[in-house]
Amino acid sequence: MKTLVEVQNLKKNYGDKQAVKSISFKINENEILGLLGPNGSGKTTTIGMMLGLLKPTSGEILIEGDKIEEDRIKILQKINFISPYIELPKKLTVKQNLIVFGKLYKIKNLNDRIDYLTSKLRLNDILNRITGELSSGQKNRASLAKSLINDPKVLLLDEPTASLDPEIGDFIRSFLEDYKKEKKISILLASHNMNEVTRLCKSILMMKDGIIVDSGSPANLIEKHGRKNLEEVFLKLSRRPNEHN
Amino acid sequence: MYGLFLRHFYLITRSFPRILDLIYWPSIQITLWGFISNFFASHTTYYNNAVGVILTCAILYDFLFRTSIGFNMLFLEEIWSRNFTNLFIAPMKISEILTSLIFTALVRALIGLIPAVLLTSPLFGISILELGIYLFFLFLSLYIFGITLGILVSAGLLRFGPSFENIAWSTMFLLAPFGCIYYPIEILPEIFQKIAYMLPLVYIFEETRNILINNTVDISNLIQAYMLNMVYIIISITLFFYSFNKARDKGTLINIGE
Repeated sequence: MKTLVEVQNLKKNYGDKQAVKSISFKINENEILGLLGPNGSGKTTTIGMMLGLLKPTSGEILIEGDKIEEDRIKILQKINFISPYIELPKKLTVKQNLIVFGKLYKIKNLNDRIDYLTSKLRLNDILNRITGELSSGQKNRASLAKSLINDPKVLLLDEPTASLDPEIGDFIRSFLEDYKKEKKISILLASHNMNEVTRLCKSILMMKDGIIVDSGSPANLIEKHGRKNLEEVFLKLSRRPNEHN
Repeated sequence: MYGLFLRHFYLITRSFPRILDLIYWPSIQITLWGFISNFFASHTTYYNNAVGVILTCAILYDFLFRTSIGFNMLFLEEIWSRNFTNLFIAPMKISEILTSLIFTALVRALIGLIPAVLLTSPLFGISILELGIYLFFLFLSLYIFGITLGILVSAGLLRFGPSFENIAWSTMFLLAPFGCIYYPIEILPEIFQKIAYMLPLVYIFEETRNILINNTVDISNLIQAYMLNMVYIIISITLFFYSFNKARDKGTLINIGE
């Protein structure tokens, strides 16, 4: 299976503080990799480096063999990101936002792409509505459409279903599963929703204090740690003193 | 670049208060200063030769103010709407972001400038067009300096985050006394004159008064202004790139967007 993302010995220091301490992992095509860890464990810093928003102290990030630090614009063309902490411009309609980002990503046949995403994400009713006036679930679908506007090969998701009701959350998860299968993309999913991670991810990285403290499939981790579910594994690893420090 | 322009164009055209805001302040400024200049015209001998000097300078200064603040507003708008991260993870070079914002700031400033210019003629019988072809060079010079200040403040926002926002609002007020907008440079104390001579504003406004009062043109003033503009804009762009790299190193780009 083709590896789309390769992270090698990635480190990030803020002065004396080591936010990420030499982590390595790969994401294959048609794979969703879960990134779990308590707040401050280095998940956002890792994602920030993958998006080129942060400069690694050392190590490398390769997307389809291209290094982000050497070819940032080329890589940004084929990745995208969604997070509840960033929003689309509120005063623009959903369609205007999609047009703007389509232009920023230099999408050919932009109308076709918008039509495709409108249909897949059920945006018909909200396409011409002001983004700031939408409900959380509608905003989430609009943001997801923006994150897919460039037909990314790698999608980074930070809490993609946070604050959504169960029905919309389920719709988003089903959509992501189907979209991944259809497009064979790689997805990195940072989430605190253990059911979501169990459902979507074949493998998981557990981070704590800037290092990967464990990894494996949800079933393997549950069995290995003798717990009933992933949430209990998460709690055990989060509360355990870090052996690597 | 076109996409980023569209993003702001949609924002402006969708909101009447925003359009009103663009037109309101320049119009208020011009009206206010129109009355002030009428007062000066009847009470001083200095300005009797050219009634519109103060009003013309007010329009020029307002254009500078709008350009600089306009550029900062475009940048701040992305922070306030929490769209900052989306912008910086789009495959745009920093030079493309700057070019797009520079162009959009011009459009914003012109939206404010044109009504102000049109108001001066019926209200005060003065036409800024009396400056002739040199009006273009004066505006261009002010535009470059306004953009320079905008880029410098945006570099600060990138490096230090939204806390730098207040600087964005105060820059122009800070520079105004040194710009010799409404009075000759000789009015300033000697030490301030030295600072003023380092700014292109002095040469621009001195030349404006020279053209209007003496009906002569001193090209050296324009050349000095452009030379200083070139130096400052190169410094500001360099600083912007430096700030971007520093922000990537310090993590400001992530924090500013959330």
